[in-house]
Amino acid sequence: MTAMGTQKVTAKELTTIILNKEDLFILDVRNESDFSDWKIEGISVDIINIPYFDLLDDIAPALDAIPADKPVVVVCAKEGSSIFVAEQLAEAGLNHVSYLEGGMKSWSEYLEPVKVADLSGGGELYQFVRIGKGCLSYMVLSNGEAALIDTSRMIDQYQRFMQKKGVELIHAIDTHLHADHISGGRALAQRYGAAYHLPPKDATEVTFEYEKLVEGRDITVGQETIKVQPIYTPGHTIGSTSFLIDNTYILTGDILFIDSIGRPDLAGLAEDWVGDLRDTLYSRYKVLSEELIVLPAHFGKVTELGIGGLVAGRLGTLYSENPGLNIEDESEFRRTVTENLPPQPNSYQEIRQVNMGKIAPNIEEQREMEIGPNRCAVHDK
Amino acid sequence: MNSDKVLDAKGLACPMPIVRTKKSIAELQSGQVLEVHATDKGAKNDLTAWAKSTGHELLSSNEENGVYKFWIRKA
Repeated sequence: MTAMGTQKVTAKELTTIILNKEDLFILDVRNESDFSDWKIEGISVDIINIPYFDLLDDIAPALDAIPADKPVVVVCAKEGSSIFVAEQLAEAGLNHVSYLEGGMKSWSEYLEPVKVADLSGGGELYQFVRIGKGCLSYMVLSNGEAALIDTSRMIDQYQRFMQKKGVELIHAIDTHLHADHISGGRALAQRYGAAYHLPPKDATEVTFEYEKLVEGRDITVGQETIKVQPIYTPGHTIGSTSFLIDNTYILTGDILFIDSIGRPDLAGLAEDWVGDLRDTLYSRYKVLSEELIVLPAHFGKVTELGIGGLVAGRLGTLYSENPGLNIEDESEFRRTVTENLPPQPNSYQEIRQVNMGKIAPNIEEQREMEIGPNRCAVHDK
Repeated sequence: MNSDKVLDAKGLACPMPIVRTKKSIAELQSGQVLEVHATDKGAKNDLTAWAKSTGHELLSSNEENGVYKFWIRKA
């Protein structure tokens, strides 16, 4: 029922446009505080903010700000106001006007599957990029079986992917107890009768049964063809665990990102964990091969998105270029990871409670808790 | 809190709560108070920002059983 000339664009389509670095102009019509907190980003994206309530009587301020030759996508929180504004723009004669279906709510939830590589035993490794929130999750597939690491809340998207690939989930693993997003790992494991793994040191307060992630106890996917080797790497949380896959890929969770490092304060114990974080980053990872490919659980900036959206980096390159790995002085390191940190992720304390099984909010409440950026890195200012 | 008029915007999705609020405010005299009831979660930040941009004063707001109530004094 939209006016002539107004089209909808899905979060998936918008993701493709952004990853292809196509020219795009976004008119975000949410209020200023929501916009400054969190918005759509992309290397080729031009974005401006004019709240819809300033355009109710007169669309002219928006018309004046939109370049004539660029396609425009209008965005709001859910979609209602963006449809209203897009229709006004189309009626005023603007071509190529669309609105984001489902608004920022849908943007926050969309997962783009990006293939990382074929594995030596015939399996595959995929990265799921939650582009709207900066979360990354991983799937190892081999011989009809799948393992998922750092699963996002929207488990239907993984389920459809696994159906298409003809695989069954046998392991859901979280590298640590997450504070920025609600884990879908436990729910998805239940659905498939799969095992749900957590580091025991992060799970002292959980209300459910789980498999203990312990160094030396490998996890196999697909008749022992793919080994997922846990490596204990505390610092972001006391239990944080990394994974070595196929001796080539290291999943670093929220400890090491491409352009930054994890923050130790989200469980309230920053001072206690600084030493662990430094030890993990400056000693434990240091003895590993420089040729390992780092696959983190988050990205902070769109510039970290590589070909097809893949977020990855060679460990040796990170040791020379990542600012978080190049702080020689211990007290300076301590200051960097405990002082002047970015604001904490929205509802991070409640999110931890959900992931421990202590509270069970409904789907709408869960969505609301997750709105906004992840802010898990020390440099996410 | 006393109000001169009550607007029921429950069940309405964005942008309608603001569209109706704007219309109702237009029918009041300067200094009179409009009470708005809404269920859209976005209404809180939006009404606050809208009041600021138009110069009306958001006197108070609360939430009870999923209903958001706002008291706005016309500029």
